Amino acid sequence: MKDQSYDNNKLIDIKYDMNKRRIRDFIGIKLMQIITIIVSTLFVLIFLILFSKSIPIFENVSLTDLLFSSLWNPEKGEFGLLPIITGTIFVTGISLFIAVPISLLSAVYISEYAHKKTRSFLRPFIDVLAGVPSVVYGLCAFLFLVPLVKDFIAPRFGIESTGLCIFTASITLSVMVFPIIISLCVESFRSIPIELKEASLSVGATKWETIRKVILRASAPSVITAVLLGFGRAFGETIAVNMVVGGIPKIPSTLFHPGQTLASLIASAYGEMMSIPLYESALMFVALILFVVVLIFNLLGIILLRKVKRRWNY
Amino acid sequence: MFNESVKIETSNLNVYYHKNHVLRDINVRIPAKKLTAIIGPSGCGKTTLLKTFNRLLEIRDNVKISGEVIVDGENIFSSKKDVSDIRKNMGLLSQKPYPLPMSIYDNVAYGLKIHNHIKSEELYERVKHCLDEAGIWKEVKDRLHDPASGLSLGQQQRLCLARALSVEPEIFLCDEPTSALDPIAAQQIERLLDKLKNNFTVILVTHTLRQAKRLADYVIFLYFGKVVEQGSADELFNNPRNSETKAYVEGDIS
Repeated sequence: MKDQSYDNNKLIDIKYDMNKRRIRDFIGIKLMQIITIIVSTLFVLIFLILFSKSIPIFENVSLTDLLFSSLWNPEKGEFGLLPIITGTIFVTGISLFIAVPISLLSAVYISEYAHKKTRSFLRPFIDVLAGVPSVVYGLCAFLFLVPLVKDFIAPRFGIESTGLCIFTASITLSVMVFPIIISLCVESFRSIPIELKEASLSVGATKWETIRKVILRASAPSVITAVLLGFGRAFGETIAVNMVVGGIPKIPSTLFHPGQTLASLIASAYGEMMSIPLYESALMFVALILFVVVLIFNLLGIILLRKVKRRWNY
Repeated sequence: MFNESVKIETSNLNVYYHKNHVLRDINVRIPAKKLTAIIGPSGCGKTTLLKTFNRLLEIRDNVKISGEVIVDGENIFSSKKDVSDIRKNMGLLSQKPYPLPMSIYDNVAYGLKIHNHIKSEELYERVKHCLDEAGIWKEVKDRLHDPASGLSLGQQQRLCLARALSVEPEIFLCDEPTSALDPIAAQQIERLLDKLKNNFTVILVTHTLRQAKRLADYVIFLYFGKVVEQGSADELFNNPRNSETKAYVEGDIS
């Protein structure tokens, strides 16, 4: 008899315990759910704020004028963003054009050719580079790259330049993008199963053929993600660009002329945006463009990723 | 020990992997155009031995190899030999099939394109021939340009066989090629191996004794990185000279 009652007690204990665990489980799940909902709402909220704040400029200036007029004189009520959009496309495009191939080659070297010691020595450095605040890059570019472009590179092309120009900004950005792409690509190349390499090598492919036709393809999804992140950084980079791009909202006639980018424009103009009518709204619209473009590129990235994953799965 | 011509011979082969002495003084002889099974409990160095033959072991970090592997009378570690040529001469079937990240057709055309400049019609015929030899042509002929990853595991393994066949090797290295497959797919591969041994030197690493008994002409028994016994399948299975071999063959150690 005594034994049984003891057992019953124990059973109740377990039941009580189970309830406690279930409640903990429930709270945990709900908490994560709520946090996720808040974060996702933020996304919508930012979009709504930017959009609603941009409405005044839509009411006063036509969208075609906003996007395709090359006159940017907020004091005179002229809000043509074309020069700034052009500047952004140039700076982002050139920086990625330089950064992507170089980073890929470097990642291939580190992951496939470098000695194990070199690799384990280099990787933390690259990760640190990826985390250095952008103002540091801006400062270095201002102190070293700007004079270099002014005194050596631009004169080579027969152009007089202050050094504060599209070219300098592009180079600065590409340097900032390197570590991100390299780091992610090395990570992904290293995660390719060694048996896949063996499969290629065993039919007599050389190492380079294996890298080009097997490793790069098999890691294409990660490479695309890396390039997208690099794009995000280059496209949205504000302070480092602001320090070296020149900040003049005119369509540059050469790469050695100053320009302006969308992100950098907001940074340099927000101090005076309250004093000029519609200026605030125009800057909100610029922010909206940044937001939407990043969104579009990410969506395109997702579509591309799906296709590539289906095609080059291993 | 046997009268057949020797295809691969090792002398005092030692392999260290992460400072572990994985293979110790391996001296084996593998006859041409026969199926040689390498048996032994897991972790005894079977796969390592197989991958030293086509020098695939070297792409891993921290590997040290000493000794000689002589294929057709030439040491594969001598600097004169091109690694790609050595590997091309030895088709590989791994434990799990690894189709390359491309279409079914391209998987087989891959090796062909690397080594030959051939017209697309001829390429097609060669690809078809290889897929046919691997017994998979009928199943894939209508979807040659689909990704290879969409095939079942058994089909993938036969595709890998077709890929290996494409570069016309003389030797086949098979590393437990049926271990990831269902019984029917495994049987298909076994049949193919049985067919292959008429024209190729086949080396089969296996942990299934019965598979070795079904297929092997010649057997090498590895235990803790050492060759305990090697000889004709008949002799080794029915009349093992070594007590450890006897224990393994009878299922007392595994």
